[in-house]
Parts: sequence; C-alpha cells; structure tokens
Amino acid sequence: MTTATVTRHGKHVLRALGTGAPVFVLLAVVLAALALTDPGFYEPDSFLSFVKRAAPLVILAAGQYLVIVCGEFDLSVGAVVTAGVVVAAELYGSFPDAPWPLVTALLLVAGGVIGGVNGLITTALRVPSFITTLGMMLILEGAVFFWTGGSPQGALPAAFRQLGRGSAFGWLPWAVIVCLVAGAAAMLLMRSDFGRTLVATGDSERTAALAGVRVARARIIAFVLSGVAAATAAVLVGGFSGVSAQAGRGYEFEAITAVVLGGVVLGGGRGSIVAAMAGAFSLQALFTLLNLQGVSGALESTVQGCIVIAAVGLGAADWSRLRRRRTNPSEGQPL
Amino acid sequence: MTATGPGPLAPPRATARTRGSRLGDPVAGVWLAVLSVTVLGWIVVAARGGDFLTTTNVVTILQNSVALGLVAVGQSAVILTGSLDLSVAYLISLGTLVAAETMASGGVVTAVIAVLALSAAVGLANGLVVTGLKVNAFIATLGTAFILRGWIEDNYTGPAGKVPASFQHLGYDRVGPVPVSVFLLAAVAGAVWFITRRTRLGHHMYATGGDEHAARLSGVRTRRTVVVAHVICSLCVGAAALFLAARLGAGAPWAGTEARYDLESIAAVVLGGTALAGGRGGVTGTLGGVLVLAVLDSVFNQLAVDPFFKNVLRGVVIIAAVAVYARPRRAAKGRPTA
Repeated sequence: MTTATVTRHGKHVLRALGTGAPVFVLLAVVLAALALTDPGFYEPDSFLSFVKRAAPLVILAAGQYLVIVCGEFDLSVGAVVTAGVVVAAELYGSFPDAPWPLVTALLLVAGGVIGGVNGLITTALRVPSFITTLGMMLILEGAVFFWTGGSPQGALPAAFRQLGRGSAFGWLPWAVIVCLVAGAAAMLLMRSDFGRTLVATGDSERTAALAGVRVARARIIAFVLSGVAAATAAVLVGGFSGVSAQAGRGYEFEAITAVVLGGVVLGGGRGSIVAAMAGAFSLQALFTLLNLQGVSGALESTVQGCIVIAAVGLGAADWSRLRRRRTNPSEGQPL
Repeated sequence: MTATGPGPLAPPRATARTRGSRLGDPVAGVWLAVLSVTVLGWIVVAARGGDFLTTTNVVTILQNSVALGLVAVGQSAVILTGSLDLSVAYLISLGTLVAAETMASGGVVTAVIAVLALSAAVGLANGLVVTGLKVNAFIATLGTAFILRGWIEDNYTGPAGKVPASFQHLGYDRVGPVPVSVFLLAAVAGAVWFITRRTRLGHHMYATGGDEHAARLSGVRTRRTVVVAHVICSLCVGAAALFLAARLGAGAPWAGTEARYDLESIAAVVLGGTALAGGRGGVTGTLGGVLVLAVLDSVFNQLAVDPFFKNVLRGVVIIAAVAVYARPRRAAKGRPTA
C-alpha cells in the first residue's frame, strides 16, 4: 500500500495544484507580502496565531466544498455558527457545571441534524438548496434572536473556550490541531469512494445515478458534514471571541468565496478540497495583510471585492480557453 | 405529503421544455397561493376579532411590497437569463445616499438621473464581469456588493442628505386610495414584462437562460443579452432606491441591507416560480411571490407576532411554498452540464 499511495499521493497533489493553480499563486503572493510588511510574521508564535484565526474559515470552507462539489449551496453555515455559540452560552447558563466535551458533542450533533434537515428538504422535497439553506438561515437567526431577545445571556466557561483560544503543550493552539485534523479527514474523505461519488454526483447527477450512485444519500451526507463543520467552527469561534449574536454573520459568503477562490466550480463536479482550504487561508491572509497595511476597516471590503473578482476571473480565463478548444462546454478538466 | 417521484432522476427534458414554454403553470400556482394566503389570513385575523381586508390594510400591503417588488422584478430579469445579482442591497443603500445628497444640493431631476446612471453603471460592470471575465455571477455580484459596501462605509457613517418635500410625494401621496408608488411598481413591472415577453431581447433572455450553449449556436448574442439583463436589473434597483429615499426623507447606509433585499428578492423570484437556473418563469409570478411575502408580513403584524419569530415563520413558509408549488427540477441546476 505504501509505495502506491505515495505515488498516487504525489500525483494527487500535482493535480490539486493544477486545478487550483491561481489560488496557490495568490496564497504565495499574499504570504510573501505579509513577510515584507511584517518581518515578525513568520515567528512561530505569530504564524500559529494566524493559523488559529484562520481555522474556523478553513473548516467552514472544507464543509462548504463538500456541498458545492455535489452541486448544491449551503447558505446556512453562518447562522449555524451563531446559533451554536448562543446555544452553548444558554446551555451553560442553565447547567453551569456541564462538562465541555458533552456540550461540544451536543453542538456537533445539532449541527449534523440541521445539515440533515437541509439535505432532506433539498433532495426529498426538491427545493433548490439555495432556497432551503436560505430559509434555514432565516429560521435559525430568527430563533436565536427570539430565544435570547436580541442579546444572548450567559458566558462560556474557560474549559469550553480552551479549544478556541488555548494551546496544547503551551505553544500549539488547539484550534490549529482541530484544523489539521479536520483538513486531513476531509482529504481522506475526498479520496475515499464516497468522495469520488460526491464529485460524480456534482458533475452529472444523471450519469451518477445511472451508474448506481445513491445521489440523494450522497448529497444528504454532504449537507450533514457541512453542518458538523459549521458546528466545529462555532466551538472555535465561541472560544476565540466569546458570545455574540453576530458571531457567525457573513461566514456563509466568506466560505463560499474561499471555495470558489480555490477554483471549485459552483454547480459542482470540479475542484479539489485542498485548493478550497487554501482559498480560505488566502482570504484570511488577505484580511491580515489589509489590516497590517492600515487599509481602513471600511475600505477593506472594497479591496476584498476587487481581489476576489480578479482572482476568480483569472482562474476562469484559463478555463474558458480550455473549454473552447474542446468545443464542448459541458466537458471539464479531468479531476 | 409530497409524492416524490420514484427515483432521483429528473423527468425527461422534453416534457419540461413544453411545459416551460407555456407560461401558465407556475404563475397560476403563485397567484392561487396569494389568494389562499389572503383568505387564510383573513380567517385567522377575523377569528381573533380583527378585520383584515380593510382598505387601509390592503393599501399598506401594497405599499410595503413596492420596494421589494421593484428589486424582485429586476432580479427576475437576471435570473431568467441564468445569472444572479447579490449586489442589489448595497446598490439600494448607495442609491438612496446619492439621491438624497444630490437632491440636497441640486435639483430632483439631476438626482434621479444620477441614481439611474449610477445603477446602470453598476449593472454594466456586473454584466461585463460575468460575461467578459467569466466569473460566476454569484461571486461577481458578491464582489460588487463588497466593493459598494466598502465605498459606503468609508464615506458615510449615518443618514445623509435631504429629500425635498416635492419628491417625498412619491413615497406618501395617493391617487384615490392607491399610493403613487404602486403605480411606479406597476409601470416598472409592466415595462420589464413587455421586454421579457414581447421583444426579441426578451426571447433571447429566455433562450440564454434555458441553454446558453444552444442559444449561442442559434445566433443569439448571449453575452450582450446577459449584460443588458444586468443593466435592467440595476435600473429597477435604482428605482427602488429612489422610492426608499422618498420614503425615508434621507439617504441611509442601511436602507438596502437591513431588509436584506439581496436574499429576499431572490426568495421572492423563486417563490414566483422562476427557476434559479434560468429560462423559465417571469415577472408575473415574481409579483405574486412578492405579494405572498407582503400579505404574510401583514398577517403576522396583525397577530402581533414577535418580529424575530416572524423570521422563523418566514423561513418555514418560503421553504414550504417552494416545496409545494414551485417544484423546480433539480437537474436544471447544473446548467448546460446536466
């Protein structure tokens, strides 16, 4: 198994680099710019804290990738993050002595259930996932505000927040470990049979179904995993920045942007999960860079918008040339 | 409740085409939904001793659906062509600010022209990025939204400018019982309906949304069509911004974002039976979708439902309604790939 895996792994990395080439260039450029702006950036401490801050977005992007690659959207992840943080705080308000692993596990299960509901509605009732998850977002946000009256009560105890802001062995932030584990799990998943199935589903639902793929089941699992990823991000965000009714606002668009930055095609069937996570890192690095450069908080989003359009445009330009040569728009790059 | 078909496969393309080319089906469903929601609301409110179908209430419902209606009509034009516009909310905010500031210093006419020119420019930019750079519309217009947001947040901290009383007539006056703004919505919706259903451009829009590749091979200039659709959408958004400026009496940075016009308008369009993938649906259905949301809102208000809980109900209703009658085919989502 070892040699075969290694060569295949090498090829896989090359391919991943191939499909998402622009994002790796972008990441390299931004990281280089960061090094120039702030020479201390690559000190282990500050670099690890950068990764720590990027962790929630990376995990969200991994979850979002699974949903996007099978041809769907998940707009509810931001609301899941908010709901997760607020629910954890309320739980601790009622049961101050609850052990943190239990609360974390509860959140993950709840996230999975929400994802499952999204998936069931999308596949069984045939509601477009854009609408399903948009509705879910309204429902969750409304419910959170309704429940807490607009300002969530309660605080998260230090034990629970450890995962988001603490460090193992005194130097390695837990969030980085969680991020690495999630990333590795996601990569393994995409290389398993299920991963192939998922990509095939997104590429052509009909072909996949005729080839014996249980399309609906694959999609539901993707939604469940996205929900679990969002709940994981909620635990990290809650630990890192505490309770707020705005905790997850905007995360859904950031996650989708990150995935698309990674060269993953909306509509499904193309792109690698490594590139998607690299997209998340690039986005976070970009925010950091803009901060360091002293771009005012307001103009930050303008610059972000320009760069996102430019980066995706660059990626798309190569696509169209390839496509035209093949004279068949439905034909993609080999994955 | 929903009798799902035997398998995950979509029905064969041919049936969908013939059904889609006839306007009837989904639109009738939407207006039936408007009717039933109204009747249900009337019963529920009457049961609690209220009176739902009063003139004032109906007028309020109409008035409240104007802004969303204008945006949603524009949104249906882009969605029909298989595109999408997520920048509408920030464009509305910027539009109200530009309108109010220009009116404070110059004339009303200049302000109207300025807002419409700004909208057209944003729509043109959206369209060119989508067609020229081949950026997915979702990301392209999200990028535009970010750009506009940065611009707004950098230049404005709160309400700005002032709308003269002469222009506020648009927001508050009535002709008989009907608000002037409803005529504005009717005029814009009528114009967009005419463009989409009665002109060559409109047919090209349907063709492009239905199957861009086939449309291009049949000689439709698909790129130009998409660009024009984006301009139409943004002009409608500009009209909404003018209306909101007249209503608010000033420009406000939160005018478009607080009500989430970007996502709400897409929800209304899909509620109205237009396929997100493009090529099927139309303005008539969209107006129905907007009315469903407005009537529901009014019912919730009459029942004094908690505003936060209202969002929960809205989410449920949007999903349920689309599940019950809009019944989009999933396969169409993959664009030409499927």
